[in-house]
Formats: sequence, C-alpha cells, structure tokens
Amino acid sequence: MNRLRRFFRTPEAIAGANTLALLIVMALAAPLLFPGDPQAIAGPALLPPFQDWSLPLGTDRLGRDVLAELFHGARTSLAVGLAAAAAALLIGAVVGTLAGFAGGLIDEALMRITDAFQTVPSFLLALAFVSIVGPSLGVVVAAIALGAWTGPARVARAEVLSIRERDYVAGARVIGMQPMEIAFREVLPNALPPVLALSSVIVAAAILTEAALSFLGLGDPNRVTWGGMIAEGRAVLRTAPFLSIVPGIALVLTVLGVYLAGEGVVESSAVRRSLS
Amino acid sequence: MTRAITLLRRRLVGSFFVLLIVVIGSFLLLEAAPGDAVDAYIVSTGGDAGMIELLRHRWGLDQSELTRLANYLWALLRLDLGQSVTFSRPIREVILERLPTTLMLMGSATALSFGLGSALGIYAGARPGSFRDRFLSISSLALYAVPGFWLGLVLIVVFAVDLRWLPIGGIETIASGKTGLARAADIATHLVLPVSALGFIYLALYLRMMRAGMAEAWRQDFVLAARARGLPRRRIVLAHVARNALSPLVTMLGLQSAQMLGGSVVIESVFAVPGLGRLAQEAVAGRDTPLLLGIILVSAVLVIVINLLVDLAYAFLDPRVGAGEAGA
Repeated sequence: MNRLRRFFRTPEAIAGANTLALLIVMALAAPLLFPGDPQAIAGPALLPPFQDWSLPLGTDRLGRDVLAELFHGARTSLAVGLAAAAAALLIGAVVGTLAGFAGGLIDEALMRITDAFQTVPSFLLALAFVSIVGPSLGVVVAAIALGAWTGPARVARAEVLSIRERDYVAGARVIGMQPMEIAFREVLPNALPPVLALSSVIVAAAILTEAALSFLGLGDPNRVTWGGMIAEGRAVLRTAPFLSIVPGIALVLTVLGVYLAGEGVVESSAVRRSLS
Repeated sequence: MTRAITLLRRRLVGSFFVLLIVVIGSFLLLEAAPGDAVDAYIVSTGGDAGMIELLRHRWGLDQSELTRLANYLWALLRLDLGQSVTFSRPIREVILERLPTTLMLMGSATALSFGLGSALGIYAGARPGSFRDRFLSISSLALYAVPGFWLGLVLIVVFAVDLRWLPIGGIETIASGKTGLARAADIATHLVLPVSALGFIYLALYLRMMRAGMAEAWRQDFVLAARARGLPRRRIVLAHVARNALSPLVTMLGLQSAQMLGGSVVIESVFAVPGLGRLAQEAVAGRDTPLLLGIILVSAVLVIVINLLVDLAYAFLDPRVGAGEAGA
C-alpha cells in the first residue's frame, strides 16, 4: 500500500520539476530567442494564433508578438517570485530567531508586530506600498515580501524555542560565545529546514500576487508581465479572449509546477527522515 | 461562560496593541507618500502660497511628527478617517457605503468555499489513497494555482459573453426600478460569477485541510475502537473521522478572512462590483493615499472582529479551548 502510494506520488513531483525546468529555460532563453524589445510592434494588430508562423501565437491589440511577451513574462514572474520569497524567508528567519532566542519583551513586541502584519490583508498592503513608493521591480519585490514574511517568522520562532534548550546551545554559552553569535551561527542554521519547507508555498503566492498587482496596473511599466498581458487582453475580451487566456494558463502551470515540485521535495525528505 | 469572557478579555488586550501598530504603520506610510492633505486640497480648489501656509497651520501639518501622530490617533478615536480627495467626502462615509457589498461578497464566497470544500474533503478523505481522493487532491491543487482575477475573466467569457446566462458585472441592473424580492434576485444573479471566482480558489484550501485532517484521524485509536464496536462505516466517517478534522477548518475561517479581503480587490475590479476592494483600486488610481489607508484600517478592524467571533465560536464548540486560562 505504502509503496503503491509512493509510486503514484512520484509522477506529480516529476511533472512539477519538469514544468519548472521548462519555465527556467524559457526565462533564460527569452533574450536569445526573442532579442530586442518584446514590447515593440511586430506585426498587424490582433492577429489570431496559428495564422502566421513567424508569429505563432499571434499579436495583441498593439501588434506585439504574444509568444515573445510570454517568454519575457516568464522572466519577470520567476525573478519577482524567487526574489520576494527569498526576502520573505530571510526576514522571517531573522525576526523569528530574534523573537524566539531573546524571549521576554523583545519576543512580545516582535510577535505583536507579526500579528499586525497578519491582520492587514497582505494584498492591500502591497497595493498601498507600491502606489506610494511607485512601481518598479524592486518595489514590487519589497511589497510582496512585506506581506509574506510572517509565516516563516512564526515557524522559525517555534523551532528556535525548542532548539535554544538543547545541549549544544548551552555548550556555546559555556565557551563564552556572544548571545547574538549563538543566535545566528548556532541556532538559526538549525532552525532553517522547517522554514525552507514553506518556500514553495511562498514562491507560488508571490507569483500570484505579482500577477494581481500588474493586472491592476501596478507592475513595473518597463517589463512584460503575465498579469499585465491579461489586463491588456481584457479590453478585447469579447473578440480576442485568447489574449487574456494564454498568459493565464502560463500562470496556472507555473504556480502548479512550484506546488508539485515543493510537495515532492517535502515528501521525499519526510521519507528520508522516517527511514533514518 | 467565564471561559469565554476570559478569552475575550485576553484577545481584546492583544487586539488593541495590534491595532495600535497597524495605525502607526499606516501613519508612517501616509508620511512617506509624496504630498500632504493640503497639496491634495489645493489641487482641487486652487490657492496661493499664503493660503497653503494658513491651511498647513490650521490642520496642524507644520507641527512635529509626534504631535501629528497624536492628532492622527485622536482623530481616529473619534472615528474620523479624514477627507477623501477623489470623492470630496468624508472617508468614513465612503467606506461605510461600500462595506455591505464586500461583506455580502465575502460571506457568500466563504459559505461556498467552506461548505463545498469541506463536503468534497470528506468525500476524498473517506477513503485516503483511493482514486477519487487522488483525483480531488490534484484538481484542488490545480484550482489553488489559478489566479482569482483570471478565473473571473474566464467565467465572464464563458457564462456572460458566450452563453449569455449571467450579467457581465455590476451589483444590480441599473435603473431597473426593482424592489423587494425581485431586487434581491437581481443582486443574487449579479453575485453568482464574482462569488464563484472568489470562493472556488479557497474551496481548494478547505478541501485539502479536511482531507489531510481525516487522513491523520484514520490512524487514531478511537477510530480503531469505533471499528471494533462494529459501527457502520458511514457513521465512523462522519461522526468520528470528519468531526475531528473539522476544528482546524474553523480556525482557518478566521485566518483566511484577511486573504479574502485582499482577493476581493481584484475580483471586484474584474466584475465592477462597487465594494471596498474596488474602492481600494479607485483610491490607487486617484492617488488618494488617505482613503487607501482608511480602507486598510477598516480591513484590519474587520479581520480582528472576524477572528474574535471565530475564536468565541470555537470556545463554545470545543470545551478544551481556554479552559486552562479560566482556571488560572
């Protein structure tokens, strides 16, 4: 039974890993396959897909090559998703470690701040942040990270609370290490695995948030984004629905790939842990 | 009963500090925004440098940051959120006008996702590892990967443009003169697509939580005991396995409310539903920072209240919650 279940679980992880690999190749190959500005006019406006083989997916309302935009959009989605998730995990791990290791008033204050960030809808916070600071790639990354670090912080804190009672931490104290040094060199690295297990969920959420922000016109205006493409296509939704539907499918496949690959990683490590 | 009161008191104190942090944070964002209330006012009315000075002084904007924060807090205590630039009306009024629509949308979407999600979760979790379990797990994961606004557009293309079954957007037929039940039915038909777009994504979450909880519960001894007593399978699934997996879903109901408020921004924009989310988008478009921050504050209060209600409901449902604190 167990072997059967594990057998059925593998293909999903494989599918997820393949989707992600394909996406990374797309993102890396975009400037090689489609050099030049993807936002430049490439042909007649609103050319349907599969008509002209030099423009396989047709063109949008302004005559831009949809396939080129799709490839370049993969770059933005992946870059923003990974950067925002990395920032969120880093902030979360640091805040959680400080709270859990320091305890007392510092812990209380940091956890109330975490509560406050969890109380404000993260999408509204991102919206406010981008609209006040102004849309650019870095600001979008910061805005998404701002709403995503709370989960990792809580997990890191819980882990640190159990680690700080261990013998090797007491040992580090005995040999005269500074508390900050112990917290970040001894405790934090050991608290990381459960925090990193959150990364697939956070990357997926970051990609979806970026798409929603650019759908509302708050993405970096100098970059092609899938969310922006969907918003562009919305104006001609009745006559050319594929312009909105195609980038949406790319988004779904990307996020699904991230989830599946993440589940595969977590599951295989769970199997390894139960074997050891 | 004392249990509930102790829990309520403890949560209220915690909520007060959380709200204070949110208010200070929103004050800092307001300070960071380019221009102030006087600039916004002058843009719409016009006026010379002397007028600007006078207004800055009268509105207390020439004072130190701490004084301004105190003024801001004092105004909020009087439930004064300031004046909206884009609407030229008090922000509180504009928000209160839009709030019921969003609550209706969120309530219906929550009911849909929780009801259908937990039912499908029970169906999948009744036989962990079976084909239907695997099928539902994978398809719910795929559903969870769908961006809400895109699902909304696809629903519009299929049900409003191609099939013409449902209206494309808005909350009711404009100037239809409908009243009473006819108006309620009209609003309901307008809500079908936005509620589906918002609810279906979270449905996946409840389905997966229910399924995971049930898979865990099947391994517990009380299930073995129920089997040994010869209880019918149906009863074991519903009264023992599903019942024990249900409580985390109730907690999720509260935690998810913040996410759903955020999600309603894009959904309301797609379907032109005049609610709080669309107001947020209008505030962004009109560079109306005070309005946007007012919406954030109201949302935070809303999330706190919803979580408080969920906690209280939980305390009544589960006698173990808060028992230790009441005894102490």
